[in-house]
Amino acid sequence: MLIDWQAFRLTIELAVVVSAVLLLIGLPLAYWIAFSRWRWRFIVEAMVALPIVLPPTVLGFYVLVALGSRSPLGRWWQSLTGHTLAFTFIGLVIGSILYSLPFAVQPFAASFSSVDRKLLAASATLGASPLRTFFRIVLPLSVPGLVTGISLAFAHTMGEFGVVLMVGGNIPGITRTVSIGIYDQVQASDYASANAMALLLLVFCFGVLTLVYALNRRPHQGSWTVGPIK
Amino acid sequence: MPKPTETTPANPTLTARLRKSFPAAERTFSLDVEFNAAPGFTILFGPSGAGKTTLLDCVAGLTTPDAGRISVGERILFDAGSRIDIPVASRGVGYVVQDLALFPHLTVEENTEYGLFHLPRPARRERAADMLREFRIDHLSRQRHAQISGGERQRVALARTLVTDPCVLLLDEPLAALDATTKSKIIDDLRRWNQAHRIPILYVTHSREEVLALGERVLVMEQGRSIAQGTPHEVLRTPLQETVAQLAGFENIFDATVESIHEDRGTVLCRVLSSALTRPDAGSSVILETPLIRAVAGSLLRVGIRAGDILLAINPPTGLSARNVIPGNLISLEQRDVIVSARVDCGVEMEVHLTLAARDTLHLAPGKDVWLVIKTHSCHLMQK
Repeated sequence: MLIDWQAFRLTIELAVVVSAVLLLIGLPLAYWIAFSRWRWRFIVEAMVALPIVLPPTVLGFYVLVALGSRSPLGRWWQSLTGHTLAFTFIGLVIGSILYSLPFAVQPFAASFSSVDRKLLAASATLGASPLRTFFRIVLPLSVPGLVTGISLAFAHTMGEFGVVLMVGGNIPGITRTVSIGIYDQVQASDYASANAMALLLLVFCFGVLTLVYALNRRPHQGSWTVGPIK
Repeated sequence: MPKPTETTPANPTLTARLRKSFPAAERTFSLDVEFNAAPGFTILFGPSGAGKTTLLDCVAGLTTPDAGRISVGERILFDAGSRIDIPVASRGVGYVVQDLALFPHLTVEENTEYGLFHLPRPARRERAADMLREFRIDHLSRQRHAQISGGERQRVALARTLVTDPCVLLLDEPLAALDATTKSKIIDDLRRWNQAHRIPILYVTHSREEVLALGERVLVMEQGRSIAQGTPHEVLRTPLQETVAQLAGFENIFDATVESIHEDRGTVLCRVLSSALTRPDAGSSVILETPLIRAVAGSLLRVGIRAGDILLAINPPTGLSARNVIPGNLISLEQRDVIVSARVDCGVEMEVHLTLAARDTLHLAPGKDVWLVIKTHSCHLMQK
């Protein structure tokens, strides 16, 4: 029996980096989705949701093409660094960000939209700019949604397979994640090792999610309502 | 940013002329008003759906008018003609909305400091603390919205807005959800604040008591239009239009013609034609003595009488100063809370309000003959 600790380290690294980047790009994107009055907004919403329904191989295929030396992005990266993005950790990060985007952005946007608009109006009449209103009112009232989005993105990246296989291949220490490792061991009929790694991943993911949901319990749920007592 | 009111010698007047339409499937609502609000309380009075809140939203900048101009003294907040539309955050207009919108994740103190972010922290603390003391809620500064009472929330919402030193204050039914005692205390606080600061205050209410307690001027609105303006006394006590009369609480409104004018006695005799609200065309023999108005004999007008201003007797009363004694027959008695509403047929139908004790002592029952006593000055004449 053999547990591939390197694959575990790599997978957690990938999930942490992807979650962090999704927090950074997900907040403005979700804000825009929640508050934009642009009439074609639904197109952007559909694009963000696409990875939920698309087979990972389709997404992975296009990411691979986009990162390859024939695409402008791939060429630009190659001229900068001397090698292509495909089959690298960075390439894996890019693919995973796209793949997990809806899992972060949708809970963010939903919690932003559920903040009472009257609070936003009140903030504006008290002289606060939209940016100030976002950081002082919208964000603090959306903490549960943020935690949900980030933990879903994290868990989703931990368990991803298809995109990683297409974009990263199976390079130990660089792109071989736990799910790829398990697949490898099953292919090699090493069921004991596959079982050990699968069980470990299961326990780890369950532990992370349990912790997140435990922290996300609001002690005074229901008390954060708006309006006078009747 | 709002200018501190102390530096302006005479506070400017809010002047607004605005038009705003909301297209709807059945009926397009449109607001079309023009008014001036000098420093002090201007009450917006009118039925729900009259456009009062829309008007406040336009002044605050939360709704953009289709046309018009809003200014405070020389400062233009909105001008459709020259495409000026100062953003909400820069208008310096304080707005306390109907459900307060206190920030639920912030304490009372943090809510009050919210609009002072441009000040350094110690100054912010001090200003907020002063304001909380002024509204007698300084003991609550560490509490959150959910832990305090309705009246306290109302004070926090007012303190949070007033601490920013707004150049105009908008209050949308701020006391509607409160009991009478709390209400009158907050009215006192508001009065005191108004005396010290004197800025234009637009105050929306449905309550006659608040109009009379606070109003220096009243603007009566209906269906997006301003239908009457003036002091509360002018607008409510001697209403000019029937809509105002209904708002002012006249349960009895009749069409009438002027029979004769007695300038020497300061009275007019009017023949009641019908109950305008129930039987539009029926004639009647009831003649009422009313206060003198400028009218010619034979002209049509309306008379409003509050149900609580009518006395009811079970014997023909004598030796009264009241000039109108009208015989009639009791149709029905209906108890509403602690008031009994009696319907009396005296050629026209009149509604009279009695106490429970009066009903029981007089052994009133439908079918009984009664006499209604109405003072001359309880008959309010209006334009038809």
